[in-house]
Amino acid sequence: MLQTIRERKGLQVLGLMFPGGVWLIVFFALPLALIFAISFMSRDDLSRPALPLTLANYQQTFDLLYINLFLFSVGLSLLTTLITLLIAFPVALFMARLPKRWRNLMTLLVMIPFWTNFLVRTYALQFLMRANGPINTLLLGLGLIDEPVQLLSTPFAVLVGLVYGELPFMILPLYTSLEKFDWSMIEAAQDLGANALNTLLRVMLPLTAPGILAGSILVFVPSVGSYITVELMGGGKINMIGRVIAQQFGQSSNWPFGSAISLLLMVVVTIAALIYFRIGRGERGAI
Amino acid sequence: MLFTLSDVEVSALAPDLIRNDFAVELRDVVKLYGTMAAVDHVSMSIRHNEFFSLLGPSGCGKTTCLRMIAGFERPTSGQILIDSKIMGLTPPFQRNVNTVFQSYALFPHMTVEQNVAFGLEMKGISRAEIVRRVGEALSLVRLPHLAKRYPKQMSGGQQQRVALARALVNRPKVLLLDEPLGALDLKLRKEMQIELKTLQRDVGITFIYVTHDQEEALTMSDRIAVMSHGKALQIGSPLEIYERPACKFVADFIGETNFLEGRVIAINGEFATLSVATGHTFTGRRVNGLQVGEIATLSVRPEKMQLVEHPVDGAANTYEVTVFSIAYVGSDTRVIINLGDQRLDVWEQNSTSTLNPDDYFFKPGEKAWLTFKPENALVLAQ
Repeated sequence: MLQTIRERKGLQVLGLMFPGGVWLIVFFALPLALIFAISFMSRDDLSRPALPLTLANYQQTFDLLYINLFLFSVGLSLLTTLITLLIAFPVALFMARLPKRWRNLMTLLVMIPFWTNFLVRTYALQFLMRANGPINTLLLGLGLIDEPVQLLSTPFAVLVGLVYGELPFMILPLYTSLEKFDWSMIEAAQDLGANALNTLLRVMLPLTAPGILAGSILVFVPSVGSYITVELMGGGKINMIGRVIAQQFGQSSNWPFGSAISLLLMVVVTIAALIYFRIGRGERGAI
Repeated sequence: MLFTLSDVEVSALAPDLIRNDFAVELRDVVKLYGTMAAVDHVSMSIRHNEFFSLLGPSGCGKTTCLRMIAGFERPTSGQILIDSKIMGLTPPFQRNVNTVFQSYALFPHMTVEQNVAFGLEMKGISRAEIVRRVGEALSLVRLPHLAKRYPKQMSGGQQQRVALARALVNRPKVLLLDEPLGALDLKLRKEMQIELKTLQRDVGITFIYVTHDQEEALTMSDRIAVMSHGKALQIGSPLEIYERPACKFVADFIGETNFLEGRVIAINGEFATLSVATGHTFTGRRVNGLQVGEIATLSVRPEKMQLVEHPVDGAANTYEVTVFSIAYVGSDTRVIINLGDQRLDVWEQNSTSTLNPDDYFFKPGEKAWLTFKPENALVLAQ
C-alpha cells in the first residue's frame, strides 16, 4: 500500500488534497449547491421553500429597487476601499521604514482591535457618533456647530463604520508588500531624475501593486456584503445588499428570494475579483 | 605686476580656467552617525574625465562618500562641489550625476529598454530622441538584442551592463559606481574591469569607483584614494600608491610587504637608517620627515628583495639568512626566510623555464644572503 503511494504521484496529490477537499465540499460546495437550488424554488403556505421551480426570484431582483441597492452597495464599498487605501498606505509605509523591533510592535497595535468583538467595537463607534455623543459634544463645545449634527443613520456613518472595520485588512497586506520593498529602487529612481511624485507613480505603486490589490479585495468583498455595520451605523435607515439578504432569510422568511440575491452578489464579487486579478497580472507580469 | 585679475574677472575672460577645474570636490567633509564619524574630514578633488577609485576595507567610509556625492546622504559639515557648484541641499534628482548601484537596483517591472529610458523620460526628452539614445546606450554595452527582456531573465553580468547603460544614457557629468562588479565571478570581473576602463575612456565621463579590491583599483584607476576609518590616507596614481605609500596602512593594504620595526639612527638626505629589533640595520627612503631617534617601520615588498649565494662586498641591506620554506607558484617562487627571529617573504621571479627542482637553488634550512637596494625600501613613521 505505502509502496504504491510512493510510486504513484497521482495518489500522493490526491492524498494531500483530501483534507482541504473535504472541507471545501462540506462547507462551501454543498451549501452553495443548496442555495442555488433554493433560489429556483417557490414557497409553500408556511413560507418554506417548495416546488414548483420558478425564475420569479431572479425576475424580482431586477426590480429598480434592488438594482439601486446593488449599485449603492458597490459604490459605497469602492469608496470604502479607496479611503482605506489612502489611509493605510502612509501607515504601512511608516511601519515598514521603522527599525525591525518597532515594526513588530506596530503590527501588534494594528491587530489589537481584533481582540475585541467586532459588534462591541461597532457599538462603541455608534456611541461616539450619537446626537449627544462625544463627537457632537466636542463640536458644540468648540462652537463649530450650534446644534447636534445627525451623524448616525446616514451613508456617512456606514462609511465610517466600514472604513474603521476594514482598515487593518488593508494595512497588513500593504505592510507585507512594503516590508519586502527594495528601497534602493527609490534611490535609483531619484538618481535618474524622478521627483517624489514620479517615484511614487512609476516605481513604488507598480512594485507594491500585489499588496494594494490583495488589500483591496480583502476590503471590498466583505464591505459589499456587510450586515452588522449597516444595521448598527445605518440605524435601519440605510440599506445595503447584505442587510436585504439577512431580512429575506429572517423577518421576510423568503429563502428563495434571499438565495437569488446571494447568488447575484456572488457574481458581482467574482466579477470584481476577476477585474482585480486581471489588473494584477498586467502589473505583475514582470516581477 | 601691474594689475591682477580677480577670480570673477578671470572666469569671465577664460571660464575654463576657474569653473572647470574639477569634476567633483570634497572640502573637509564630515559625516557623523551619532558620535561615530563615518567620514572624517575628507578633502579630495577629482579631475575631469578621470577614473578615480575610493579604495578601502568595508566600513572605511568610501560608500558614504559616494552616497554624499549622489545626494542620498548629507554631509554633517563640509562642502561637496559638482562641476564647481556647491551642492548643499540639492536633491539627488537635480544633480548631474548617475549611480550604478552595487545591487544594480534595476526596476523589475520594466524591460531593459524601459529601464534605460527611465532617466530620459524624467527629463522630458522627446520620444524619438529617447528611442535613439536608448539604442545607442544598449549598443555601447553590447546588449541591443536583449532590449525586451526583463531584468530577472538576465544573468548577473548582463544586469550589470543594463545598470551601466541606464546610468550612461543620461550623459552625466560624473558616473558613481558602488562596487559594481562585487557580485560577479572572478573571470567575468576581470573581463568587466577592462571593459569598464575602455568604456570610460571612450565616453569621456568622470568615473568615481568604490571598491575594496586593491587589484581592481590598481588595474582601472587613474588615481586612487585609499581610505581607512573615515579618513583619506593617501590620494595618488596606482604607481604612487604602490611604490610610495604614505603610511603603514597604505603599504600594508596595497599589495604585500614586510615590516621591520626599529629606531632611526641616521639620516642621509632622502634616506634613513634604522636599527631593528634583530640587531641588523637597514636603510630605506625616508618618508614624512622622520628624525633621528624616532621609532619607525621599514617596509620592503617581497619582489624587491633578492636571495643570492654570494653577497657583493659592502652592499647595504645585505645579511645572511636561513631559508625557512619555499613555495613554487608558477610565475614566481615564494620563499620565507628567517632573519634572526624575524620572518620575511621574498618572491623570486621564475625567469627561466626548467623542470629540475634543484634549479630553484635554495632549499629549506639552507643559508642564503638577503639583499635589497635602499631605494627599494621605505622608512615610514609609526
